[in-house]
Amino acid sequence: MEKLSCVGKSLPRKDALIKATGAAQYAADRDFAGMLYAAAVRSPRPRIKILSISDAKARRVPGYVTLVTYKDIKGVNKWPVVMHDYPFLPEKEARFAGETIALVVAKTAGAAKKAAALVELKYKELPFVADPLRALEKDSVKIHGEDNVFSSFVIKKGSVDEAFEKAAFTAEGEFSTNYQVHAYLETQGAIALPEPGGGMTVHSTTQCPFYILDAVAAALAQPYHKIKILQTVTGGGFGGKEDVPALVASHAAICAAKVGRPVKLIYGRKEDFQSMSKRHPGWAKVAYAADKNGRLTACRVKYVLDGGAYSTLSPIVLWRGTVHAAGPYKIANVDIKTYAAATNKVPCGAFRGFGQPQICFAQESLIDELAEKTGMDPVQFRLKNMLEPGDKTVTGQKLNSCCGLKEIVQAVRKRSGWDKKVKGRGPGAGGPDVVAGIGFSATYYGVGLGAGGRYLDRAGAMVNIYKDSSVSVSVGNAEMGQGALTVLAQIAAETLNAPYEGVKVEEVDSSKVPDSGPTVASRTTLMSGNAIVDAATPLRERIFKTAFDLLVAAGADASKPMTAGGGVFSMGGKSVEFRPVAAECWRRRLKMCEQGWYTAPRTSFKNEDGQGDAYVIYSYSANAAEVEVDLKTGVLKVKKIWAAYDVGRIVNPRLALGQAQGGILQGMSWAVYENLVYKNGIMVNPNFTDYVIATTADKPEYDITFIEKPYKDGPYHAKGMGEVPLIGVAPAIANAVKNACGARVTSVPLLPEKIWKELKKA
Amino acid sequence: MSAKKNTTPAVFALSCAVNGQRTELEIPSSLSLLDFIRETLGLKGTKEGCGEGECGACMVLVNGRAVNSCLMMAVQLHGKELVTIEGIKGKAGGLHPLQKTFMAEGAVQCGFCTPGLIIASEALLRRKPKATLEEIKLELTGNLCRCTGYEKVLSAVEKARGK
Repeated sequence: MEKLSCVGKSLPRKDALIKATGAAQYAADRDFAGMLYAAAVRSPRPRIKILSISDAKARRVPGYVTLVTYKDIKGVNKWPVVMHDYPFLPEKEARFAGETIALVVAKTAGAAKKAAALVELKYKELPFVADPLRALEKDSVKIHGEDNVFSSFVIKKGSVDEAFEKAAFTAEGEFSTNYQVHAYLETQGAIALPEPGGGMTVHSTTQCPFYILDAVAAALAQPYHKIKILQTVTGGGFGGKEDVPALVASHAAICAAKVGRPVKLIYGRKEDFQSMSKRHPGWAKVAYAADKNGRLTACRVKYVLDGGAYSTLSPIVLWRGTVHAAGPYKIANVDIKTYAAATNKVPCGAFRGFGQPQICFAQESLIDELAEKTGMDPVQFRLKNMLEPGDKTVTGQKLNSCCGLKEIVQAVRKRSGWDKKVKGRGPGAGGPDVVAGIGFSATYYGVGLGAGGRYLDRAGAMVNIYKDSSVSVSVGNAEMGQGALTVLAQIAAETLNAPYEGVKVEEVDSSKVPDSGPTVASRTTLMSGNAIVDAATPLRERIFKTAFDLLVAAGADASKPMTAGGGVFSMGGKSVEFRPVAAECWRRRLKMCEQGWYTAPRTSFKNEDGQGDAYVIYSYSANAAEVEVDLKTGVLKVKKIWAAYDVGRIVNPRLALGQAQGGILQGMSWAVYENLVYKNGIMVNPNFTDYVIATTADKPEYDITFIEKPYKDGPYHAKGMGEVPLIGVAPAIANAVKNACGARVTSVPLLPEKIWKELKKA
Repeated sequence: MSAKKNTTPAVFALSCAVNGQRTELEIPSSLSLLDFIRETLGLKGTKEGCGEGECGACMVLVNGRAVNSCLMMAVQLHGKELVTIEGIKGKAGGLHPLQKTFMAEGAVQCGFCTPGLIIASEALLRRKPKATLEEIKLELTGNLCRCTGYEKVLSAVEKARGK
């Protein structure tokens, strides 16, 4: 790969200063003159028929302004996501405990909450279904269509039954995974400001400002150009701020439209738990077959996601899970069937990995079981079967040279000391009853939206060079903590040869850039990065031509090549900086602002048989986990995670490392601790006291390696990396537990009692 | 209705120091310290992450000790010194060493937990300037961070020792 001056360096994070000094303004930190506050009235039961809503008592609260119900919605009462089945506010029936039924507006946040608690809701309980497998049975209560299936996909290839009959080795198992709560530290929130003439400006925490634009325009029945969405500094997303901020912001906008004043709606942690999206609980039955030489010959999968009460993003989450369900292996015969089931619980949606971690836990656990049956080492077994450049995935997609899976597996194998450790670990460091073990996993991840979201996979950018040579970059993808403002500034600075310090990427303003799709699917560096390169390329030509002229005028030897780097242009011993070059461009009245656009290459996936190119490119991860298990209590401690990734070129190594460490811990926390509990359709532990996430004390040691396989269509050869670090962590840990103590735990989280029960069986 | 039975006066004359400035204000007795900081004083750098004392995003220093301001009443500040993230400064007045190391190490991602983490770390290093890694880990268990995996947070605090 070419040597670059800005891309590939750990340049300082653009937003670190305002965040470290407390100056960054998140949604809750913004106030406006005349602003009122909204609070939600929520359904107390899993499924109800709404009989009446009364604010007779709420009215007595000092500062009370009004009650807002579906009757106040001017537009169509359907939130436009994928399937349009979720009303902004329910009219007759509410379908999960925690669903917003109405809102109260008041003069203070405290008054709004107090009044909302006093709103009297009369209702009749309706029969409900809470279990997704039960929901798929014929005689279940029906809450969606005739079968409670939001969506279903298949991948079919070869003759699976025949391959299983001929197989020398087979392994089969049932696996399940529980919810994961995003636990972004900033809860959901938005402020809606009515504009003169019927428009609305919305300030919101979000990953997807254009989803909010779609929703607010629909709710208010206003044309898009009257609605402006301004993304506020966003305190964590992880998928949890993909779709649902559009619902929260629409509620604020519906209230603001009614009262004609700015309305702020900030969620408390409990209601955020109860009503905002989650990682789907997953259930899977997986079977693999191998021949006598240990080559995988067939894979059969049935995979069910618990979608919750409304479809939201379930169809596309399920699709990604379907495509990756067999793992990163060469398998000729495949039969994958997947379902997203409707239940009367919180609607589930996007969470880092997007339907892959659940099925990855199942299939990577089972690969270890099959390897054991063949008598092969789990890493050797994977190496024998894994995808390499030129191989075809289970959807029949031929992989190009940008596939470093084998190298990353070898890197983790070597760095972790796998070959020695896997053979028997002996006692751990934590006492006489503690044993140590090591486990492995390998994964792949289709970068971007792929065929499942092909019509959304485009992005815009605007690059504007001011007279003083400072550069403003507008994009449609959002900073949510991952470092987009920094990485995209590096790409812009590289293309323009502008000094990095002088480039600023703005938080998203929907009126400045065309709809660039969501900030999801590890697509921002790739999509917005390419759009920036597209916008900056004509500017680069003007700047470089002008720099050349200035150097010649200064007496430079024009027979020598001009070089550019770090904001300086040099030729034949002379040099000129970006600033005078930009000033000269302005003096020449050259166009110093350009729009850019990027659309993802075509995909060819067909839903009928699940064959074709599913994604334009894949990123890869390999993971080894070292654990200790207490044989008396089943308590599990993750000591160290080795991981290696092929995510294309790394734009900012320090930020990439931060993504890796954060993704690993989030995956480990889900695998080991996080346990959201529902009883009879009611969430039991919607708080950080009873829903435990990993802290500093739980953090394992990290050992991270990047193998950079250049992606020809990526900006400076980058792919995408946000999600790969999380996906394979859970099965690596489960496989390590098996290696340590012989217990095969088939459900996430790997709670001590589950390990203990397996130990008793053995 | 219940005000007659309540012996606490509805309004309290609070006297305290806020980021080094003497402050005297009449406040409702029922006001939480967090609401006092964010809404009365308008200091928005202190964040509400859970409102139940579990996440540490609202941490501030009261007489040099880190407390979850969501769990304390504003009246409890009477006669005490409050330092919020806005009052965290280096010796020469610029950035505090912890702010510098958090930025340099890459310990800041979404940033919502950052003010609380810096406050908690400052309280520890004031008490134990040479705190060990294990002591730092233990001290920061009350500050949830969902982005970083804590590695860079811990190295930032280690590097700020003795500065």
